[in-house]
Amino acid sequence: MADAPNSPGPSPRPYGRPLSPHLSIYRWPITMAASITHRATGIALAAGTLFLAWWLIAAASGPDAYALFARVAANPLGLIVLFGFLWSLAFHLLNGIRHLAWDVGYGFKVPTAKLTAAIVYIGSLVLAAGAFAVGFMVKGGLGT
Amino acid sequence: MSLRLRTPLATIEGLGSAHSGTLHFWHQRMTAVALVPLSIWFVASALAYVGAEAGAVAAYFAQPINAVPMFLFIVASTYHMSLGLQIIIEDYFHDEGQRIAALMLNRFAAWAIGAASGLALIRMALA
Repeated sequence: MADAPNSPGPSPRPYGRPLSPHLSIYRWPITMAASITHRATGIALAAGTLFLAWWLIAAASGPDAYALFARVAANPLGLIVLFGFLWSLAFHLLNGIRHLAWDVGYGFKVPTAKLTAAIVYIGSLVLAAGAFAVGFMVKGGLGT
Repeated sequence: MSLRLRTPLATIEGLGSAHSGTLHFWHQRMTAVALVPLSIWFVASALAYVGAEAGAVAAYFAQPINAVPMFLFIVASTYHMSLGLQIIIEDYFHDEGQRIAALMLNRFAAWAIGAASGLALIRMALA
């Protein structure tokens, strides 16, 4: 990159000092936490697609394969994974809508961004807990 | 007035240093918008079939009105996944060789998961 004609040019930088404040410098505002959680839930959902593929393959393969899937899913560890999947999807969905609003120019004011981040955290927990309750309590669990 | 550093050819092509313009950004947004209704539909469908037999799930996807949105959900979600993971790989893999290998693996994995899910769905839809 060429410098603009009247720019002072690169200033000498002493070694051993940070070039700019980085992650470890900041307190964690809720907007920053939401941004990182968006990425983390995206990775979790990528892992969750393996569960989705297994579900479809098991259903297509017949009763025995499906019974194995249902047993694993109904296991306490399976339930934790399913709840994690539901919460990750709810968070990524709600925060994704927040991102789409930013893309068209809404919600950039700091108080607004903080408020919508809080709504995403609380809303995603409510949605995930609600879906989990409907699926696994009202219907009496996964066991067939 | 700022100094123009782009050649006339680069300007008319409008593709920038990524050589693909805003295609990645745009496809990520399009799949995101599509996934809003599709993922809500998917969770509702999956919750309705908690505890069901394999045959009931297969019968559900034998109906085109369910097979079509499920197919779209698989395509949109695996594509959206590969676009998102690509950004993460580009952010954190600094070694050129490792990055290229990870980017390839990312696309291979997305295609494998999408193909496995899609073929299982087609098997039920055409049964």
